[in-house]
Amino acid sequence: MTLTAAILLVLALAASAPILHRVLGRATHWLLAAAAGYVAARLGMRFSDAAAGVEIIESYTWVESMGLTFSLRADGLGLMLAVLVSGIGSLILIYAGDYLRGRAELGLFYSYLLLFMASMLGVALADNAILLFICWELTSLSSYLLIGFDHERPSARSAALQALLVTGIGGLALLVGLLFLGHVCGNYELSAMVERSATVRAHGLYVPILVLVVIGAATKSAQFPFHFWLPSAMEAPSPVSAYLHSATMVKAGVFLLARMTPILGGTASWQTTLTLIGGATMLIGAAFSLSSAGLKRILAYSTVSTLGILTMLIGIGTPAAIMAAVVYLIAHAFYKGALFMLAGVISHATGEYDADRLGGLGRAMPMSAAVGALAGLSMAGIPPMFGFVGKELLYEAGMDASPWWIVVTAAFLATHMVLFVVPLRVGLRPFFGNGRSFVNRPHEGALGMWLGPLILAVGGAAGGIFVTVIGERVVYPTVGAIIGMEQSRALPALKLWHGLTPALALSAATLIGGMILFSRRTAIVHALSRLSRFEQFGPSAAYERMLTGINHIATMQTRVIQSGHLRRYLLIILTTAVALIGLNLDSSFDMLQAVDFSNVQPQFVVVCVLILLGALSAVRSRTRLGAVASLGAVGYGVALIFAYFGAPDLAMTQFLIETLIVILFVLVLYHLPAFSIYSSRASRSFDATIAIAFGGLMSWLTLSAATIESHSRISDYFAEHSVSDAHGRNVVNVILVDFRAIDTLGEITVLAVAAVGVYALLRIRRRREEAGG
Amino acid sequence: MKSTILITASRILHPLLLMFAVFLLLRGHNEPGGGFAGGLVAASAYVLHAMANGAASARRALRVSPHVLVGAGLLAALAAGLFSLFVGEPFLTGAWANLRMPGSTEWSVGTPLLFDAGVFLVVVGITMLIILSMAEN
Repeated sequence: MTLTAAILLVLALAASAPILHRVLGRATHWLLAAAAGYVAARLGMRFSDAAAGVEIIESYTWVESMGLTFSLRADGLGLMLAVLVSGIGSLILIYAGDYLRGRAELGLFYSYLLLFMASMLGVALADNAILLFICWELTSLSSYLLIGFDHERPSARSAALQALLVTGIGGLALLVGLLFLGHVCGNYELSAMVERSATVRAHGLYVPILVLVVIGAATKSAQFPFHFWLPSAMEAPSPVSAYLHSATMVKAGVFLLARMTPILGGTASWQTTLTLIGGATMLIGAAFSLSSAGLKRILAYSTVSTLGILTMLIGIGTPAAIMAAVVYLIAHAFYKGALFMLAGVISHATGEYDADRLGGLGRAMPMSAAVGALAGLSMAGIPPMFGFVGKELLYEAGMDASPWWIVVTAAFLATHMVLFVVPLRVGLRPFFGNGRSFVNRPHEGALGMWLGPLILAVGGAAGGIFVTVIGERVVYPTVGAIIGMEQSRALPALKLWHGLTPALALSAATLIGGMILFSRRTAIVHALSRLSRFEQFGPSAAYERMLTGINHIATMQTRVIQSGHLRRYLLIILTTAVALIGLNLDSSFDMLQAVDFSNVQPQFVVVCVLILLGALSAVRSRTRLGAVASLGAVGYGVALIFAYFGAPDLAMTQFLIETLIVILFVLVLYHLPAFSIYSSRASRSFDATIAIAFGGLMSWLTLSAATIESHSRISDYFAEHSVSDAHGRNVVNVILVDFRAIDTLGEITVLAVAAVGVYALLRIRRRREEAGG
Repeated sequence: MKSTILITASRILHPLLLMFAVFLLLRGHNEPGGGFAGGLVAASAYVLHAMANGAASARRALRVSPHVLVGAGLLAALAAGLFSLFVGEPFLTGAWANLRMPGSTEWSVGTPLLFDAGVFLVVVGITMLIILSMAEN
């Protein structure tokens, strides 16, 4: 299966999911999950190529002029993320089908989920930087739809908007960063950029590129100070949280940093930036996970913390740190995905969301208890779970990170002690202890509800036991894609048991410290709660202030620019035109000389006098109807001139328009109060001055335009090609429907929009009158 | 206020105006006319009807809602443009076919006619949308 085919298959499923759901009903999620699982398996089979160092790039030209190709690459790193996305996605589909059973929009939900999956596959496999960006933005858009899936709840909508805005701002930064990078490298293929990495690092744009790319990654992966959107996004249904916020989307930022490591990495500024951001995120996430109460919120903050750890490891950038990051990322995807789904199951079954009010569910929900235990142990880093391997590697990398190794290791240790509490509270304690009474009677969910989490949890355990095989097949190719195949082959083989090493001692310390924290949690949380008064200075409050600020500015400038007075608009438009054009007029042009009065025929004099009289009477009229009728006379006069000078189309249209406008005016006038003069004499003379100035300017322009001898006239071209190219003898019509058809299309669209606007305004009025009277 | 003269005149003029509108549309490519002028004539036929018999009666005579006309017109114009994309030409390139009519005359029929018909519908729809809702207010 080609990579392109994999993405297209998922996209096709996304498009057809609502119909499939209507036809197949409850079997849909099994079918979709099977397809996603098939994609995962076929992509997984390509690891052997990646391990052997064979990289196949699938490339299709797209927009050549902009360096945009649709090119995909199957290297270890991309495959690793792609397999996680499609594999876990398959389990999520099964889970979602039962979790959201009976929801009317379930078919649409599958669509969003699969669209998200396809975009994530694109992010993972893209070799073209712009393609990567497009898929990146698509993940933001589809996650907006997913987070806001319960769109009837305002909190879900605002959480979705928050996630979209924060990641969207980051996306813009990333785009600029990638454009700079493409400019420096001379092309947009990531695989080719790697060869130019020395140039990039020495280039003057390196720091801007670094900053912009890191902002993009930090917003997506919920790094401090952009971390706040992730806990808010827990408004999403549990399948979404389990999918986007543990295993896939939030990993995109970390993935991007890993992708960029061979291009941008290795410099002091790269290391310092990532280590500091990652470190801050890791500690803040851990602290908030301790003080949170809701199951999903605890998990969300612990995810923030994990993302910080991964960023920090990529920042440290030694081969050992990169390997730790890869193993940790995979382990995290397994246990966190399982725990998120489990949190959904527990809340679904009991109606309880608060972690501290749960207990004694083990008897009623044995399968869920097994999931909680397995995934919890992996997260806690207890052997033989895969999470244990990740944590050991992490400690080793931390102790290896000169010269700040003590600080780094201490921070890792502290974070893991705090994170140790999370699996105890979410995975284990709900199932032990005395039974309690809940809103719903606790019961095991349907097969789909526990199958996915169970597979993930068992996978986490199997990952630890078969760690050497996984290391060879998956981890080394992935690490090799980041730091180079030779360097990854030089790394020691992955083993579950490393012997009595300092890392093992740190693991033991984590366990003891975590236990103490767990037992003293209430007191610590109480102490931490004093910190909450600083929340008003936090990034979440800053986000709120920014939103209200933008609204204020928008209101203010709307009030200034859009006063709602037609007279003021006209004044601004006309005076601006007079000033700007008048200043640039060619003063040497002699108007009187340009006008040739020698062959003016008497009938024109009559028409012109009629037009002038009409205009004067429109101005002087004391009734509205009189003014309108006078304007109509002016229009008819102009139409007569058109007709005489061989523009029958224009004349006809003008006649029709004038007629309809008079009718329209009469209909409007019917609703207006009696005519009276509100404006002062001075302001009327001012208006008259402006009007005369503008009229004079237009006459001047028309006359001077007529005297200009142009070398190539477009009208000649149109006249010549009208019959031969467009099969029409009426040049005016041919221009409208053929030569300039796209203008016409735009015009009728604008007209339609304006008409809908008029209609809406009239309806509002009528409804108000009905409501009032 | 109902005027018998107006009602009678409208009864005779209404179909004539509509026929004239279609005539303008069809001949527009070669002689003065076209979708815009034709649409205005058709709209004035209905406006005349509305003035003689009231807005509600005109709405019934129109049969379809003005919204639908606007939408259908935009779609027709867009379809005329998209047609060329399928043939591999740039958007909105005119595509032509010669039809042999009985009596050895040949007619060139092309997507610009469809486009013009779209303009026609949009113009009728917009005019009726605004005038009818104003008249009903």
